[in-house]
Amino acid sequence: MNEVYVLGIDMIKFGRYPDKTVPQLGAEAVLLALDDAGLTMRDIESLYCGNAYQANAMVGQRILQEIGQTGIPVINVSNACATGATAFREAWMAVKAGACDIVVAVGVEQMGKGLLGSAGGERGISKEGLLGSGSMPATFAAIGLEHTRSHGTTFEQFAKVAVKNHKHSTMNPKAMYQKETPLEEVMNAEMIAYPNTKMMCSVNVDGAAAAVLVSEKKAKELGMKRVVRIAASALATDPYQLRNPTLPDINSCTRIAAKKAYGMAGITAGDLDLVELHDCFATAELVHYENLGLCKDGDAGRLIDSGETALGGRIPVNVSGGLLSKGHPIGATGIANIYEICTHLRDEAGERQVKNARYGLAHVIGLGTCCGVHILERAN
Amino acid sequence: MNDVKSSENLLPVVGFLKIPKDGQPYLEGARCDECEAVYTKPQTHCAQCLSPNSLRPYKLGCTGKLYTYSIVCRSFPGIEVPFISAYVDLDGGGALKGNLIDVEATPDAIRFGMPVNIIFDEALGRKDRKGNSYLSYFFAPA
Repeated sequence: MNEVYVLGIDMIKFGRYPDKTVPQLGAEAVLLALDDAGLTMRDIESLYCGNAYQANAMVGQRILQEIGQTGIPVINVSNACATGATAFREAWMAVKAGACDIVVAVGVEQMGKGLLGSAGGERGISKEGLLGSGSMPATFAAIGLEHTRSHGTTFEQFAKVAVKNHKHSTMNPKAMYQKETPLEEVMNAEMIAYPNTKMMCSVNVDGAAAAVLVSEKKAKELGMKRVVRIAASALATDPYQLRNPTLPDINSCTRIAAKKAYGMAGITAGDLDLVELHDCFATAELVHYENLGLCKDGDAGRLIDSGETALGGRIPVNVSGGLLSKGHPIGATGIANIYEICTHLRDEAGERQVKNARYGLAHVIGLGTCCGVHILERAN
Repeated sequence: MNDVKSSENLLPVVGFLKIPKDGQPYLEGARCDECEAVYTKPQTHCAQCLSPNSLRPYKLGCTGKLYTYSIVCRSFPGIEVPFISAYVDLDGGGALKGNLIDVEATPDAIRFGMPVNIIFDEALGRKDRKGNSYLSYFFAPA
């Protein structure tokens, strides 16, 4: 079996860097990951670069122009908010297939401010506020209320997700925001799209994250001390569903990817010690509790109420602060989620450390729609 | 509303809104003969059963039931808020997103499953760059 390991991984502090370019931010993350692995660009056989907003602009090559044009293959990928996870998965496949021993995956994004989504004015007239809304807060609000429809989930339960994740963020120096927000503050914040208030929406920030992936042979050569095993990598798209794509179906593709990943890793959701999932909006986190099998269908509201997904609970979710506080630079998010898991599996997460964590799951959704799930296992 | 005269000289807001010269506007999608999947646009093949030659034009229902929604309080610049972004399951198949009108924009006034009619009216006075006006569809409580 050709196991694949993460040898080095890191992210820059997410924030706003208007004076830097996308390749510069990406280069910073790659250098951090190389330092973490104890390697240089000379050691890298291939680079997988995830970026959404400059998908046609050869971001991977421009990163190499910043830090070393060694002539290696570069693969630029774009998959909406699952872009980083897709780049990571492509890198994993190259090593898994035995084609390479040492590769880099990088995800990078510079975001504007304001609402994500489209006002739909590209042809004719704008459809926004005429044929409903195409904004991301409104779309994920409707997905949350779909859960309310089936299971009676309340505005307060959705808001508790933001309370939890913002509290976690106070322990993560790399998060954009590190500020606790009590329940009343979350619920009384400006309503963006009911039931998502401003504090229940992820932040548009700039960011980059990168990982060095190596074969088992190289890991043994270079040192197994801090490596993390990639136990599963799964990617799925949205299967046919009655209302999709009118109402994007983030549930089915997450369930498909999760099932594949658990099968590949040979574990069940009950074996996980922590989860970083795609809380682009507070409403999304609750539906993914069920999609990832962290609780039974219909129990997500009770799970957040119980506190079991907070640090110290049965299955901590988004101890990094999640996209809600860390920020969501869409091309970087997938690898940043994997970074968080690896940091715990290496016992390097400081005060937010999930103790004795053995298995962690990183999940992202790219609307349109795709889902990436990675399961990582402590190797030491 | 639903007035044929008022829809003269209006362009359809989306391709599947049909404005016949004589008669009422309607929505036309496509339906698969094999698996009965309903789409709001023409398809190359059926996305559910993969049949290559099974899709026929299909007049969409003009009534439906509210599936889910969001009350949009902040939108893109220039868009009036609040409004209700509604997802409706159409009677006869298919699903549509649109504005739910004639309902107060508060969760207490909105019921999952509430029956709605699809009505046609001018597209909130919006015009394209050439000054054309448009006909749109809306959901209103039945």
